[in-house]
Amino acid sequence: MTDHVQPTTPPRQPSRLARWRQSDLWWSFTHKPSAIVGAVMLTFLIVTAFSAPLIAPQNPFDPAQLELWNSELPPIWEADGQWPYVLGTDTQGRDMLSAILYGSRISILIGVASVMLSLAVGLSLGLIAGYFGRFIDNLLMRIGDVLLSIPTILIAILVSAVARQMLPPELRDVGAAAVLVLAITLSAWVQYARTVRAQTIVERGKEYVQAARLLKTPARRIMLKHILPNTLTPIMVAATLNFGMAILTEATLSFLGIGMPPSQPSLGTLIRLGNQFLFSGVWWVVLFPVIQLCLLVVSVNLLGDWLRDALNPKLR
Amino acid sequence: MIVFLIKRLANAVLVMLAVALLAFLIFRFAGDPVELMANEQMSQADRIELREKLGLNDSFLTQYGRFVVNAARGDFGISYRNGQDVMTLIAERFPATMELALVATILSLLIGIPLGVVTAIHRGRWYSEGLQFVSIIGVSLPSFVVGILLILVFAVTLGLVPAFGRGDVVQLGWWSTGLLTASGRASLLLPSLALALYQITLVMRLVRAEMMEVLRSDFVKFARARGVPRRRIYFRHALRNCLMPVVTMTAMNFGSLIAFALITETVFQWPGMGMLFIQAVTFLDMPVMAGYLCIVSFIFVTLNTLVDIAYAVIDPRLRDATR
Repeated sequence: MTDHVQPTTPPRQPSRLARWRQSDLWWSFTHKPSAIVGAVMLTFLIVTAFSAPLIAPQNPFDPAQLELWNSELPPIWEADGQWPYVLGTDTQGRDMLSAILYGSRISILIGVASVMLSLAVGLSLGLIAGYFGRFIDNLLMRIGDVLLSIPTILIAILVSAVARQMLPPELRDVGAAAVLVLAITLSAWVQYARTVRAQTIVERGKEYVQAARLLKTPARRIMLKHILPNTLTPIMVAATLNFGMAILTEATLSFLGIGMPPSQPSLGTLIRLGNQFLFSGVWWVVLFPVIQLCLLVVSVNLLGDWLRDALNPKLR
Repeated sequence: MIVFLIKRLANAVLVMLAVALLAFLIFRFAGDPVELMANEQMSQADRIELREKLGLNDSFLTQYGRFVVNAARGDFGISYRNGQDVMTLIAERFPATMELALVATILSLLIGIPLGVVTAIHRGRWYSEGLQFVSIIGVSLPSFVVGILLILVFAVTLGLVPAFGRGDVVQLGWWSTGLLTASGRASLLLPSLALALYQITLVMRLVRAEMMEVLRSDFVKFARARGVPRRRIYFRHALRNCLMPVVTMTAMNFGSLIAFALITETVFQWPGMGMLFIQAVTFLDMPVMAGYLCIVSFIFVTLNTLVDIAYAVIDPRLRDATR
């Protein structure tokens, strides 16, 4: 008689997905309808924008595909609407739906790039200021004070106007996106730097950082591996909300005529171009890009709003 | 108190000096001033003479010092575009922007405060939740979009109010006002609403949050227990305690309202400082850009400093806290 003793299996580590599904964050997400609406909307907008070459009826940048006799067609549900121009065409015969999809792609890309860049700049400067303190801290924070004492939109306008002026004329259209990212970054990094700095000063005094210091861990490693992860919660909220802000700033600059050129229109450029025909009854060339821009920013803000509440320890 | 005052003022002056440095750098190094001012017929000798006359050969510090001294006197030089004095140009446009921003501020308080109170008192009702949702949309809408939508609905479709310009203005000394004529008031309606919308949502959210906090406090509970009528509790006791942060925020945001007015002004073709600035940006008219930057920052910094000082006067604890 051999008694088989069942080998005791160690308790299985729940998979990442299972852990995520049990987290507070997921719970608060499923219990907040506005967050779900925001997430679904944003996913839809991003997917459609990035599959634009596949699903758009026309390539709006290819002059060969534009036909002037198809210009100023109203949307499909109006009397003169024509397939496949679902949302109508502009004065050059460009399909509005395609233009909007391609335009959203540019807007989203610039938004992501500027959030990334301002995160990189803001986090590193904030960590350095908070960790080393003294002179470097004073210097960085005074620069931040000055930047905060000028309205952000003014900084963005000035930077983008001046940077464009410095580019050689043949590079102005190509470099427009880079200039915009730079302008938005310069007006946005201070917020991250301040948040991280404040958190770093708190963390620096804690035992685990002191222990790491005693072990002669290099400062760079302490900052990146020990302190940074503990500052990320407020940063996530700020980054989400700033993504919406970045898209808005880009759209505003493009609308004012110092952003993306008409050859590579973002949503803001489309609105600017459409705005010229506001009084001639061609309402669709301005209204649809406006709606798309609002949907984009509203969905980001709904998500940001949820994150702020869900990650705020005071509200738990 | 005097130490605090001096420190705060010194800080403000430092910030203004830094802004002036920024403006100076733009003016001096973004494009050669001589090339921008010179016309085709100018000979090389004339250019060198102009360079000397403008003092562009002096050392960096001398030039910066001169720029600051002139700016403090209100002298920002001559516009490249039409050769007029920058300060005169800005002063002409100043009243239009001021009126727009002031009316927008008043609108934001008149609309924002009641909405905030209502959503705080009737929390959870459908209209409060609806207003909360609308306020997220209000924050998300860029001001030029609000302007375009307002024009589309009220000016193009309904034809109720004019969509651009200031209407007829009356000259009161150097101040030109549109508030005294019917067409001026009608023209002011849409732009000020477009500019105010963001501010309205901010005021509403702030009042709501403050009200909810105050309504939980002991003195409100006590007033309820004493049988004070609800209306009186809400508006006499609770709202009063919420107004301080609202006033602070309004004062602090007035500067950014003036800055954001440049977008509204572009949409509505409103002849204010902002439109002057945007035109200057497209024509690379550096003196006008520098002048506008200095003046808007000056308003911004002055308001922030005044609010800080006012707070320190009211609340002595802050004097030590702000080092």
